[in-house]
Amino acid sequence: MKEQNGQIVRMENITKRFPGVVANKAINFDLQPGEVHGLLGENGAGKTTLMGVLSGYYQPDEGQIFVHDEQTRIHSPKDALKLGIGMVYQHFSLVPSFKVVENISLGLDVTRKQAKDMKTLANEINTRASELGFSIDPSANVWELSIGEQQRVEILKVLFRGASIIILDEPTSVLAPVEVEGLFRTIKLLKTQGKSVVFITHKLPEAVEFCDRITVLRAGVKVGTLSKSEFKTPREIIQMMFGGEMAPEATKQERRAEDEILRVEGLVVQDDRGHEAVRNLDLVLHKGQILGLAGVEGNGQKELAEALTAIRPLKGGKIALLGEDVSASDPAEQHDRGVSYITDDRVGEGLVPDLNLEENVVLKSFRTPEIRKGLVIDWKKAERETTRLIEEYGILARGPKSVARTLSGGNLQKLLVARELSRKPSVLIASQPTHGLDARTTQYIHQKLMEHAAQGTAVLLISNDLDEIFAISDTIAVIYRGQIIGQVPRHQATREEIAHLMVGIRNALAS
Amino acid sequence: MSELVDPAVVLFFTFLFGSMFRSATPILLAALGETYVESGGVLNLGLEGIMLISAFTGFVGAVMTNSLVFGVLIGVLTGMLVGLIIALLVVTLQADQIVVGVGFSIAAIGLTSLAFRVLYGTSRLPTLPPKDTINIVPLSTIPIIGGIFNQPAMVYLGILLIPIFYYVLFRTSLGLKIRTLGENPMVADTAGVNVFLYRYALLLFGGAMAGLAGSYLSLYQVSVFQDNMTQGRGFVAIAITMFARWNPATVFLGSLLYGGAESLAGGIQALGYLRTVPAEIVLMLPYIFTILGLVALARRARFPPALARPYKREL
Repeated sequence: MKEQNGQIVRMENITKRFPGVVANKAINFDLQPGEVHGLLGENGAGKTTLMGVLSGYYQPDEGQIFVHDEQTRIHSPKDALKLGIGMVYQHFSLVPSFKVVENISLGLDVTRKQAKDMKTLANEINTRASELGFSIDPSANVWELSIGEQQRVEILKVLFRGASIIILDEPTSVLAPVEVEGLFRTIKLLKTQGKSVVFITHKLPEAVEFCDRITVLRAGVKVGTLSKSEFKTPREIIQMMFGGEMAPEATKQERRAEDEILRVEGLVVQDDRGHEAVRNLDLVLHKGQILGLAGVEGNGQKELAEALTAIRPLKGGKIALLGEDVSASDPAEQHDRGVSYITDDRVGEGLVPDLNLEENVVLKSFRTPEIRKGLVIDWKKAERETTRLIEEYGILARGPKSVARTLSGGNLQKLLVARELSRKPSVLIASQPTHGLDARTTQYIHQKLMEHAAQGTAVLLISNDLDEIFAISDTIAVIYRGQIIGQVPRHQATREEIAHLMVGIRNALAS
Repeated sequence: MSELVDPAVVLFFTFLFGSMFRSATPILLAALGETYVESGGVLNLGLEGIMLISAFTGFVGAVMTNSLVFGVLIGVLTGMLVGLIIALLVVTLQADQIVVGVGFSIAAIGLTSLAFRVLYGTSRLPTLPPKDTINIVPLSTIPIIGGIFNQPAMVYLGILLIPIFYYVLFRTSLGLKIRTLGENPMVADTAGVNVFLYRYALLLFGGAMAGLAGSYLSLYQVSVFQDNMTQGRGFVAIAITMFARWNPATVFLGSLLYGGAESLAGGIQALGYLRTVPAEIVLMLPYIFTILGLVALARRARFPPALARPYKREL
């Protein structure tokens, strides 16, 4: 074993296979003390798998791992923690019904007199948190916290377990812009404390800004590692990430407003706790229009989408589809009337992870005569249709019979979009359709939404991503506390105005 | 006083109070164990089977060693052994917990009945050594409720275990780990808790508690082994675990509810009340009470999210 100075972690020739896929092919990776190392690549490039191997969650099929120049086998997350390696997963590993302090104490082996030790621990949590530039209430239940706060608890958790190497798996994809700034402050402070950070992301700008080095993976293979001085040419990094096959920028054509399709008047909808989430909301959608509904999450978007798709009953107001009152319809009727829904909860509401692709594809259409043969589903036809969608949307899957859960997030989203668009809906409610997806998949989905709008579908694009709103909307509306507080044609809107409206600051723009 | 109250009624209530704690004990012991197992995310429907097998082995052990204590010990060890086999199936081999549990419970009926006949055939049943009770002297002389304080040691043991079980589950780091296994085993895994080891340990522990319950039933409550003598008590214990929402203190109340109903049924029969009602109806009482309890309370229960789901690290 050669002594190599300045590396705390060295991974050599790591290969990891999953059934049908090689997630990592002979990858080399190293980490230096006190550095922020960006791990870049599009969805499914193998970033999370590689770090899963380092954190003991996966066992590599081939390759060696050296920590402090000593060859080690990391059999479990516990082994990794002993070596000072801790990972913050994209889907947090916190127990929502437990308190912050309980979540952190887990695995710390607090002694028997826990009541007292919980208090000590709570004090330490406060101290550590302030060292990292934020505060957190140790006695709060985790379910009460925002996503950003939960992420801080996760970071504290791995620190309390003695991690000096912290792996953050796409930490910014779940955060609002303000929270992202806070996270970067925390990462900088971690760095000054001598911790090394692996920062997994597919967002190039933030990687270039905050990382000391960047390693790019593509389709399970390492393309290269760049040091800070080599970041100056983002185009090259993009080339590395996508292999030069980037889809053309989405181009936007102005469309004139045609016939009105959907009219919402005085809509009132309650959330799960019985509070009014949508309050007296008016909205009109025209044929072929993409209406971008911007807003900070939790301002009634979810409830609005569910009311429009008849999943959630109305408490007041009226929804008219092509002039017909549909306020009291049920989800199946609404679907049959041509209302499609791309939910923001793709595996919870949109798809069934344990069903295969063709079953997922017919999930909403199995009652229609096209897919039936007498009393039973025409599976041959379902298979043909699924194969067609897989090809058209470039979904990476072994075939129509593969189980949905084996697909990556981006491919699941493509499948959901494909299913909802395949029947040429008259109205499409698209809620965060590109959340957490890489640039290429995002562009592809935007393209598809615009294609369908051009064919006459009225699209309500619900998003908290202003880039997305501005990229494809004809008209931009802002939802705040359950009401539309401004609506303008896109070419008259500025990002600043919309961003202000999103937090409830009205100005000259208010209509 | 005796002029005002019918002596038969006094007798009835005296019997009821003494008996309800004895009837509640096997349910309590089994349900306390199951509370831990389920809090850790494993549904052990084999509880009924373990109780029955231990009732049998406990009886055989007590006869062979001529000691009730050794009988109980053998019952506990048998319970752990069956718990280990179930753990092998549901934790390591990730078999469906419902199928395995129900399978064990059904198999146990035939298995114990057969073994009982093989061992004792049609000959006269061996007799058990005499039972000891612990008599808490001043309290046990109180009229009507005095019977509560003159019970076999295991009745007191069950009651003493309740606060301990509560404290460990909700106040210690061990309890936190167990509950995390039932909430999200991946969280426990990444916290360095060995999910497989802990679930094995839980099933062994749950098996030991069910073994205690089963041997108590044959050695102290009925004083003999009979075919299918648990009569669904294991399933009742599972129901009580759920409607008690995995809280040892509430499990106690549920067990008393069952025990009270069972004693009531016994008392009604023994004292010849309600002669016009068929005996079977009266004997249904404990089960009806359990079902009513389930309907009333379990509806709003928040189940451990990972309950009955095998854990697999690589998905």
